[in-house]
Formats: sequence, structure tokens, C-alpha cells
Amino acid sequence: MPQGRPQGVQLTILLIAILALALIGLYFGRRRALGTAGTNLSKLHSMPSYHGWYVALWCGIPSGIVLVVWLVIQGPVLEALLLSYLGPQVAGQSDAMIGLLLNDVRNLASGDVVSRDVDPALQAAADRYASMKSTAGAAVLAIGLALGGAGFGWAWRRISPGLRARNKVERVVNIVLILSSCVAIVTTIGIVLSVLFESIRFFSIIPFWDFLFGLKWSPQTAIRADQVGSTGAFGAIPLFTGTLMITLIAMLVALPVGLFAAIYMAEFASPRFRNVVKPILEILAGVPTVVYGFFAALVVAPTIRGIGESIGLDVASESALAAGIVMGIMIIPFISSLSDDAIVAVPNALREGSLAMGATRSETVVKVILPAALHGIVAACLLAVSRAIGETMIVVMAAGLAANLTANPLDAVTTVTVQIVTLLVGDQEFDSAKTLAAFALGLMLFVVTLALNVFALHIARKYREQYD
Amino acid sequence: MTEDTDAMVSLMMDEEVAPAAAADPEAPPAPRTRMRARGVDVFYADKQALFDVDIDLAQNKVTALIGPSGCGKSTFLRCLNRMNDIIDICRVSGSITLDDRDIYGRDIDVVQLRARVGMVFQKPNPFPKSIYENVAYGPRIHGLANRGSELDDIVEHSLRRAGLFDEVSDRLQQPGTSLSGGQQQRLCIARAIAISPEVILMDEPCSALDPIATAKVEELIDELREHYTIAIVTHNMQQAARVSQFTAFFHLGVLVEFEATEQIFTNPHDQRTQDYITGRFG
Repeated sequence: MPQGRPQGVQLTILLIAILALALIGLYFGRRRALGTAGTNLSKLHSMPSYHGWYVALWCGIPSGIVLVVWLVIQGPVLEALLLSYLGPQVAGQSDAMIGLLLNDVRNLASGDVVSRDVDPALQAAADRYASMKSTAGAAVLAIGLALGGAGFGWAWRRISPGLRARNKVERVVNIVLILSSCVAIVTTIGIVLSVLFESIRFFSIIPFWDFLFGLKWSPQTAIRADQVGSTGAFGAIPLFTGTLMITLIAMLVALPVGLFAAIYMAEFASPRFRNVVKPILEILAGVPTVVYGFFAALVVAPTIRGIGESIGLDVASESALAAGIVMGIMIIPFISSLSDDAIVAVPNALREGSLAMGATRSETVVKVILPAALHGIVAACLLAVSRAIGETMIVVMAAGLAANLTANPLDAVTTVTVQIVTLLVGDQEFDSAKTLAAFALGLMLFVVTLALNVFALHIARKYREQYD
Repeated sequence: MTEDTDAMVSLMMDEEVAPAAAADPEAPPAPRTRMRARGVDVFYADKQALFDVDIDLAQNKVTALIGPSGCGKSTFLRCLNRMNDIIDICRVSGSITLDDRDIYGRDIDVVQLRARVGMVFQKPNPFPKSIYENVAYGPRIHGLANRGSELDDIVEHSLRRAGLFDEVSDRLQQPGTSLSGGQQQRLCIARAIAISPEVILMDEPCSALDPIATAKVEELIDELREHYTIAIVTHNMQQAARVSQFTAFFHLGVLVEFEATEQIFTNPHDQRTQDYITGRFG
């Protein structure tokens, strides 16, 4: 019978107990507040339910903090305790061997497979570990319950008509809101750091400038010394130009079509037409990109090739043009929908003002509406560009994997995202330059999209100042 | 377009008599009528908003349209430059003429009509452009200036006429929205007169302004009268009394009374007019 379980059970008990205590606190806090107020509710500074929440929070927060802190620190603490127990056995061994031993002890204690024969010493260590763990769990349970009870008693005794329960509860709510808004920021920072550290490892193998300005991309490296294979080349320029070309083609397709569609729907279309067509256009945004990939690879690319051959051009079966066009179709809804919103948001007063000057509808659109909606349209475009840069599936299926450095849209090219995927697909070891290159590419992608977003914000703000 | 206008002006040289002026025996020689509405009905879908309205706008006079909210005075004003065309469900019948030509006729281009009948709105609505470009907007779209210097002249002249030039002459390239509310409204007036309209319609032009800005705009309206025919919708009866020569009182979509302003405010014929101007309703 594995002996590690009881601690899990203890912590679950603690969690349930905390919640139950908080619920009880919620109910009795409210009742006590009502009791102290007597018949005259207006004597209370705060409404009774705030008193209830006050007690509940005093029950839940301190013991909750104990629980969370223990969950965070239990690993290192238990390991230190185990090491001090094992002391003489591990003396003089390397860190890696100690790590392996500790791992086996933990696995044995929780009943998992271990990497060596179980000898009595190991079994003893595992038993010791399990008992430490369960003792610690019991201690945490006791401390948590005691704190919860103490919090309950403290808050219960403080309840009086003059208690500013509302202010205190609202401050806690405030803190919860702040923490929630920090989640996204902290996650982003975490992602950046993880990518950054892997990238730094990559750049310790491949010089930064070779990566950034190298003209050849061929990430195959020999795994074993005696293997026949290329030495690998990690010049990212072909990937950048490929990404740039496909994005450019996509925007050349999407920007005019999307913008014209938005103008027509916002300014000229009858309400009936608009109500039918706008949702249909937005459905385009919901089509999975893999499906667009099929379309690109099976319909658009052969068509382009056929047309190219008929006029005597040599077109690769997987071309940047095909991928770019289909990607452009994919991002039309982004541009049309967001631009439409921006145009509709232009105050009607401006529209009437222009028409009353004897301007035609189209003069009004070009000279008044579009400038007024420009920041929204620019934001839509930059969002679309970010979408295009980050898009993977269409390019994998329609543009191929060949990292050609070319300005010819009829050649096969590849993009940053596609290379990240191909570098990380399959079984990979995480210390070769080939795999780490994916992180360096990811970092570049992140930096570029971040710069685009900052630029978009800047533009939006500049025009907003001028036009609102 | 100017030739067209001149032809019409010469057609109109025989003086027309406004009925309101005729009702006042003390009145000086009756002014020429520029716009004439006869039997105007307006419907929003099935709901009738105006009933059989007859009004004349006299040359170089200010005609005030007053009445309680929802009485149809703004609707009538918007018939005069066909701004109601923008509203799909709105239908206008009856006849409205500008210099004796039916403005709803087949041969009238609404774009040219609006160039001759300008409009100033309730809320200042400068375009998201510089002060200069706001005023230059109309001349540009109508091709009134061939060279940059001509355009500069039109802009300066319009701003001067709107009494705004001295306040903004050193910052013509700044956005029109950077001005104060009263300045923005005068900018909109400058914008409207930059294309030399013959009639200017004002839809509660001072309702979003403070008293000082209002006084300036009222003064301006009185000066503009010298060159233009003006119709103004207002909720403010003192304002109607101060700036207008003729006043039309609307109630529930009906034109109750249309007389010289003095007559309306001192000796109205209709009990409803009397009640409204003495503040008993509305």
C-alpha cells in the first residue's frame, strides 16, 4: 500500500474544511450582524451580508495561505529532510547520482516504478520519506484548521454595528481583481523568459549574428560523431524573407477586399443585405486554417501552376503565391469586420455634415469617414499582419518547407512558424542546436509581433488625439 | 453652377410678396422670397410628422422656427436641403421651391442643391481635419478654387465672415476639434459659407454652447443676414426674438402661425402660440 497518499488526503480534507468553515462563517456572520442590529437595520455600518463575507474571508484566507505556501515549499523541504536522513549513504556522490537516488526514493514511496533493485536501505528511506510526508501533511492540516478557527473566532468577536465590514471586504475584492489582471502579465513574462533562456543556449552554440544575418537555413545536424550528415546552417534570413513575402501577398489580397467590403457594408448596403452578408463573411473567420490549407494545396496552387504554365512561367507546385492568396482570404474577415466597426463608429454628425456640404456619398467616405476611422482600420491591419505572420498550417500545406532565399513569389518558400513546427515535431533531444533553433525563431517571432503591436498602439493613439 | 444661379436670380427679379410681410401694414417694401414651401407633408413610415406646411423664406431675412420638442420644426428644416433623403423611411410630399424651381424635381441634383442650401447642425461637427482643411473641404469638392492662393483667400474670407479668423489665424493647421465648442460651431458656419450658399439652415446652432458663445453666434447670424437667406430652428424664444425677422410656430406637426417676429411675440393670433411663448407649455 503506497504510503504517500495520506498527505494528499489530508490536504484535500483541509481544503474542504476551509471551504466549509467559510460557508459557516458566511451564514453566522450575517446572523450575528442581524442579531447585534436588533430591529433597526440602519444601525449597521455595513449590510449584514458584508459581515458574513467578513467572517468567511477571515476563515478562508489565512488557512488558504498556509495551504498554498506548503504546496509550494513542500518539495524542497522534504528533499532537504530526506538528504539529512540519508546523509552518510550519499556522501561523496555526484549531484546527478543523488538526484537519481532521491527520485527513486520518492517513486518507491508513492508506489511507482523505480530504476533499480529495491534493497532494504532504499525501502527504509522510502518509508521514512512517506512518514515525513504524512507527518508534515498532518501538521499543515492542524495549523490550517487552527488558523481557520482562530480567524472565525476573531472575526466573530469583532462583529458589531460599527464594524466597517463593507470597506474591508471590498478591499479584499480589490486585491483579487488586481491579482487576476496580473495573471496574463505574469504568464507572458514566464513565456518570454522560458523562450529567452532556451534562445540564449542556442546562441551559445550558434553566434547571434550568424543566425540573424545568415543566408542559408539547413538545420540538419549530425547527432553522432560518426554520422554522415550536414553540419547545419542556421541563417534565418530565408525564413524572414519567406514570412515577409507571404505576409505581403496576403495583405495585398486582404486589405483592398476587406476594406472595400467594410465600406460597402457600412455605408452603402441595405440593412437586409448587410444582415445576411456580414455574418457569412464572419463565418470565414471560423474556418479552421487546416481546411484553408487543403484549399490552398489542392485548388489554388494547381490553378496558379496551370495558369503559370499556360503563359510560359515556371511555377513551383507549392508556391508562396498560393499560400499568400489563401492566407489573404483567411484574414479578410478580420479586416472587414474590424474596419466595419470602425466605420460604423464614426459619428453620424460627420456624415451629415459632409453630405450637407453637397459632398457625394463617395466623397464623404473618402475624405471624412475613412480619415475618422483610420485608427481602427490601421489597428485592424496590424492585427491581420500579426495573424498572417503567426499562421502556420496554410504555409505548411501550400508553400512547402524549402528555405529558398528568393524574391520570386512563384517559388516555394517557408516561414518562421513552419520551421518551428518542423524542428520540434517528432522525437527530439533538447540540447542540440537544431531543436534550440526553434526557440530562437520563436523569440524573433515574439519580438516582431510585439514591435508591431507597440507600433499599432502608437498609431492608434496618435490618430485618436487628432481625430476624436 | 454660378451661371445657372445668375439665370435664376434674373428670373426672380420681380419681387415676390411674403404673406407674413403682407399681414403687417407697417412693414417696409416686402422682401423677395427665395424658398417657398407649399402643402408639405412628411411621413416617417406610416407616421405623419408634418401636416400641410406653407412657409416662405425671405431674402436677407432670418426666419425662426419655434415650437415644443417633436413638433416637426427640425424635420421641416431638413426638407429644405433634402437631408431627409438620407433617412430611408422618410417620405416628403408637397412642393418646395428654391427660386421657383422644385427642389424635389427630377432635374435637380441633390448635391448641387445642398451646395446652394447650406446647413449648420445642433452639435458642432468639425471634420477630423485641420481648421484650414475643414473650411477648404467644400471649395475642394466643388472645385471652387483653381490655385492654392485662391483657396487660401476663400478660407480666410470665410473665417473672417464667421468672426473666427483672428482667433485661429496662427493655428490653421491644428485639428478643428482642438477648438472650444463655440469656436467649433463658428468653424462649422465658416465651413458652410465657404461654398457661397444662398440659403443657410441652422438646426439649433446654439443649444450646445455656453451663453457667451451663444451671444457671438447670434451676433454672427445677424451679420450673415446681409448676404444670405437664413432659417434657424431654436428652442430659445429669446433667441428667436433677438435674431429673427419672421417666426413660424409649429405644434404637433402643424404650422400654427407664421408672422413677423414682432407680431408673434407681441400679439399672436392663435391661443396655442400665446400659451407657448408665455411658457404655459413646451
